[in-house]
Amino acid sequence: MNRLHHYRIALATIVLKEMRRFLRIWVQTVLPPMITMALYFIIFGKMIGSQIAPIDGFSYMDYIVPGLILMSVITQSYANVVSSFYGSKFQRYVEELLIAPIPLSLILIGFVSGGVARGLMVGGIVTVVASLFVDLQLHNLWVTLSILLLTSIVFSLGGFINAVYAKSFDDISIIPTFVLTPLTYLGGVFYSVSMLPGIWQDVSLLNPILYMVNAMRYGMLGISDINLWVAYGVLLAFVVALFSFSLWLLKRGVGLRG
Amino acid sequence: MSHALEIHGLKKVYSNGFEALKGIDLSVNEGDFFALLGPNGAGKSTTIGIITSLVNKTAGRVKVFGNDLKADSMQVKRDLGVVPQEFNFNMFEPLLEIVTNQAGYYGVEPVLARQRAEESLKKLGLWDKRKEIARSLSGGMKRRLMIARALVHQPKLLILDEPTAGVDIELRRSMWQYLREVNQRGTTIILTTHYLEEAEQLCRNVAIIDHGQIIENTSIKALLGKMDRETMILELAKPQAAPLHLEGYPSTWVDSHTIEVEIYRNRGLNALFGELERQGVMVKSMRNKANRLEELFLDLVESGVKKS
Repeated sequence: MNRLHHYRIALATIVLKEMRRFLRIWVQTVLPPMITMALYFIIFGKMIGSQIAPIDGFSYMDYIVPGLILMSVITQSYANVVSSFYGSKFQRYVEELLIAPIPLSLILIGFVSGGVARGLMVGGIVTVVASLFVDLQLHNLWVTLSILLLTSIVFSLGGFINAVYAKSFDDISIIPTFVLTPLTYLGGVFYSVSMLPGIWQDVSLLNPILYMVNAMRYGMLGISDINLWVAYGVLLAFVVALFSFSLWLLKRGVGLRG
Repeated sequence: MSHALEIHGLKKVYSNGFEALKGIDLSVNEGDFFALLGPNGAGKSTTIGIITSLVNKTAGRVKVFGNDLKADSMQVKRDLGVVPQEFNFNMFEPLLEIVTNQAGYYGVEPVLARQRAEESLKKLGLWDKRKEIARSLSGGMKRRLMIARALVHQPKLLILDEPTAGVDIELRRSMWQYLREVNQRGTTIILTTHYLEEAEQLCRNVAIIDHGQIIENTSIKALLGKMDRETMILELAKPQAAPLHLEGYPSTWVDSHTIEVEIYRNRGLNALFGELERQGVMVKSMRNKANRLEELFLDLVESGVKKS
């Protein structure tokens, strides 16, 4: 059989398996972000947001929508891959893949695709929820979609690396709790970086999520604190670096092979 | 005859310094039903781990059907089917998905994969459970699921690591029958087991590994031919008041109805029965104390321990 044809089937099998996994447990994977985001829109948007002055000409509710959509994509992509890959290590069914004739890069792409699928699906649902509260705007469809996709890939890869090193279920929640959530909240989802005092504006530039949120905001509203091309550069650099590192971990068999 | 598996100078030293394999050489003929035996920690699972790419080797070469594991790992993997010792499937996935996905990993088209999964599950008596999650299965069913999964891509070499551990005797025998059929259809099988009766029943050739070295590699027939004695248990028709003395046959008094007798190959059984007849002892039944291969295995491993 043609090897490429075989690899195409193998990759499709991994991706579909990953998608079936999160759809099977939709009450844990899809429903909670819908509820969380609805609460964000009600509390920060309607109740508190109505008391806040417009930012860059947009109501506070409109202003935070792109960041909230992106935030759900970030958390869901990460959560999907970290729990799925760690689960496959924990129950040892990752061995099904390691003994099969599938290049390691395809295994990685398969898991990342699962994370991207869940991230984008939940992102889509959150967008629908958002449309119940605001009149959604779309400045540039391609920028919006590409930023969503790249961000989802970056955090799926992040989840994968976390899972490789994780030795217990506690280890898969440490990074989201102590790194991801603070960086997301400080990444300009709820405010413009220009509102920060001098030094903190510079410090914020070290936060990669700031670039993603602003690029997303550009895609939807046409405004950004960051140059769009710099944001793309940061995202692509992360994709390349994290993919290479993940593949290296797989090839070395870190946490997988004796 | 061409080889299904060739291993040369295979070494494995784990990061903690433990030398699990000390440069083993092994070959398995195509079509063989081969037993790889050894006590716990002897190096069997490490050897299988290296062949199946789950353990990195320290040195040596592995070839499967002439393809080098390092140079053409994809072809080697394609030819292998593995039933590991520990359950390694997603406990929350339905059986049909587990087996169909496995076929997909080997590039089998979805429609054919579904068809093969059905065949495989039916042959192993699991079709009725196809929609249930693996966690709900009994231990024996989980073992059968692993066999169904390993065969769905029709491997040329099937490696079974303790496939019947914890399985009741009836089911074990039906699994033996199935594995015989698989072997007769041309699949080479390598089996590790702690049930030496299993190896004796199923396998033609055997290697015994101990402390990371192959201490015996021959046919089961030749190996059994090396036995110089067997221990038999005799059940007596009437109770004996005192221990019997059987000239030339070391014996142990178990109870008034039972004795254990060591029978050396060069003496045979006739003289023993003559002696029992002379003493007026009637034997109701006779059986081996242990499986013949088990007795030989213990002798080999124990003599290895003494040497080391």
